[in-house]
Amino acid sequence: MDLLNAIVALSNFVLIPAIAYGSQLALGALGVTLIYGILRFSNFAHGDTMAFGTMSAILFTWWLQSLGVSLGPLPTALLAIPAGIAGAAALVLLTDRGVYRFYRAQKAKPVILVIVSMGVMFIYNGVVRLIVGPGDQNFADGERFLISARTFRDLTGLEEGLAIRTTQALTVVTAVIVVALLFWFLNRTRTGKSMRAYSDNEDLALLSGINPERVVLVTWLIVAALATVAGVLYGLDKTFKPFTYFQLLLPIFASAIVGGLGNPIGAIAGGFIVAFSEVGITYAWKKVLNHALPESLAPDGLVQLLSTDYKFAVSFVILVIVLLFRPTGLFRGKSV
Amino acid sequence: MNPSVRTWVMFALVSALILGTGFFQSWNSALLILNMGLVSAVMALGVNLQWGIAGLFNVGVMGFVALGGLAVVLISVPPVTEAWAAGGGRLIGALLLGLAVIAAAVQAWKRLSGVLRGWAMAGLLIVGFFVYRAVLDPAVEAIESVNPAATGYLGGLGLPVLLSWPVGGLLAAGAAWVIGKTALGLRSDYLAIATLGIAEIVIAILKAEDWLARGVKNVIGLPRPVPYEIDLQNDPAFVDRAAGFGLDATTASTVYVKLGYSVLFAAVLIVLLVLAQLALKSPWGRMMRAIRDNETAARAMGKNVTARHLQVFVLGSAICGIAGAMMTTLDGQLTPISYQPLRFTFLVWVMVIVGGSGNNLGAVLGGFLIWFLWVQVEPFGQWIMTVVTSGMADGNALKAHLLDSVQHMRLLTMGVILLLVLRFSPRGLLPER
Repeated sequence: MDLLNAIVALSNFVLIPAIAYGSQLALGALGVTLIYGILRFSNFAHGDTMAFGTMSAILFTWWLQSLGVSLGPLPTALLAIPAGIAGAAALVLLTDRGVYRFYRAQKAKPVILVIVSMGVMFIYNGVVRLIVGPGDQNFADGERFLISARTFRDLTGLEEGLAIRTTQALTVVTAVIVVALLFWFLNRTRTGKSMRAYSDNEDLALLSGINPERVVLVTWLIVAALATVAGVLYGLDKTFKPFTYFQLLLPIFASAIVGGLGNPIGAIAGGFIVAFSEVGITYAWKKVLNHALPESLAPDGLVQLLSTDYKFAVSFVILVIVLLFRPTGLFRGKSV
Repeated sequence: MNPSVRTWVMFALVSALILGTGFFQSWNSALLILNMGLVSAVMALGVNLQWGIAGLFNVGVMGFVALGGLAVVLISVPPVTEAWAAGGGRLIGALLLGLAVIAAAVQAWKRLSGVLRGWAMAGLLIVGFFVYRAVLDPAVEAIESVNPAATGYLGGLGLPVLLSWPVGGLLAAGAAWVIGKTALGLRSDYLAIATLGIAEIVIAILKAEDWLARGVKNVIGLPRPVPYEIDLQNDPAFVDRAAGFGLDATTASTVYVKLGYSVLFAAVLIVLLVLAQLALKSPWGRMMRAIRDNETAARAMGKNVTARHLQVFVLGSAICGIAGAMMTTLDGQLTPISYQPLRFTFLVWVMVIVGGSGNNLGAVLGGFLIWFLWVQVEPFGQWIMTVVTSGMADGNALKAHLLDSVQHMRLLTMGVILLLVLRFSPRGLLPER
């Protein structure tokens, strides 16, 4: 029985990966939730918006790298994020102009917009694959680890090592900054307040002189920024592959819905709930339990609740369970 | 244009496209397109029943199609007797135990009240899960260790493969009933995401539970309802008859086999289409459309909206299950990894929307047309790219890139078609009457 080792093992294999993954999901879910709150539909193209923004950032990163620019220990991609955001913003604004605005003017039913976003999803997906191809792209550079397992062991003399990847630390720091900025914007600025007013009651907001097209424009800009940041962080932490980003749509939606669609705090909470359950339920707890429990109680098996094949399924089981008991999510989101 | 004339013209156009493939490419490719077109039309018919007629937004088509595919394995593959002896009984017991736990938890939730209710249900589920795993795990291990390279699963019942088509429908219907019971009360977008998620769960189970259908190791060499090409080629009577048509034995046998599938698929499609048309024109169909157009009013007229939604959800999903079984029979193998939402959910949706939601003939037309385009966009794109890049020097990086990325034109084209139809002909090529 060795509690300290148990805590270290738990942090290494569960807490740190889940916090990093949860931050990425939360940023993605914030984008989905904002679109739902303001434009009033579930955007199926969000995963592919992330892919497009990330791809733009990757192309810019490669250009920077070819010029010999680097951030030293930090990944060069950080410098490319603004360019990625610009790319994604151009794409979503063009789409809004060419596609969504027509249906907004018609006051089309929300479900029609969802189907429209399916078409947009196909197009984004095709465009990204046309430009960078369907394969894995590696754009992570700089220092790999903030602290490696071996250094940690040498430093503390513990049996278990603790490794923190630079990208994991970066993910959390960036996510905190972005979320703080977003909430400051929504709660303190005039534009942010008008967005919230528009989301709460469209007619009342229009009466008080809020320009809906401006609200929509700002929303798309914020969504493009959130999607790109989430996508770049995920790509740095894991890998960039267009299809993976399409698949991310599923846990992202699960996060947004578990929290309650249209509710930003819910999106963040949902992201972490989904990430922690995914990692926790598919992790083999044997190591942690061996440290934490007295020898006589040590488990024989791996103590893995579900095989890792079920990673994706877990987010949906949670989703379904939450929806059964709270049909609009934990934080009481909207429903149109 | 008169609606029925329009229908004839559209179907003539699609037939011309497929015949054109036969004349300009090969009859084998034309029949391949026709066969998958027939399967796609059945899928589109199922989705049309749910969305076009009842307004239910189901984005979990892939899950039902996959369940149909599973039925083919469960029905037609011979049973693996050693595996059954090793752990079959225990496994069935574990599954029943799992069901009992869920039933007990549901009962606890229904019967109890207050604080006790939540805790009792959670306690039952958690304890039940560990007991279930304790019984299941050793049984699974025993089954999967029986000759894992070739079997490692329980196999099926060894019955004729055609039987798996209705069974695929039943399997999908059963799953749809469970899903409908839990998810149909949700509002539109929440229902959509829930069905999307449940489809992913079905695929995860197919991939992970090796004892069921070998998981990602795939089941290959499934029985066929039609003869094998090689047997036909070795049959002198067949070779003689083929020669009578001026065909060599190889071509004749492949065409013959594919035509056999076409006849079977067409029979299923026609039966389902007639049933769907009769249903649509019956009082039941009018009621469904009334519910779709104004749920509140229909409820006020005394219609049980929840029960009707469940009914049509189960029926539509069963049709998707039948289509899934047909497709797996045609492929002759079950490959869980091939079930992708873009192909098996969203593409079917494109078929329904483009064809005309609410119109059964429209859904069938959409199935054929979109499948034709899905197959032909690639060679066509190849041709365009070759023309576009013909002026560039060989070895040009851009030229190589453009030629390599032709295959991704498919997704792009499907998206563009969907958006164009939604914008300029929102009711589809054959609008609802």
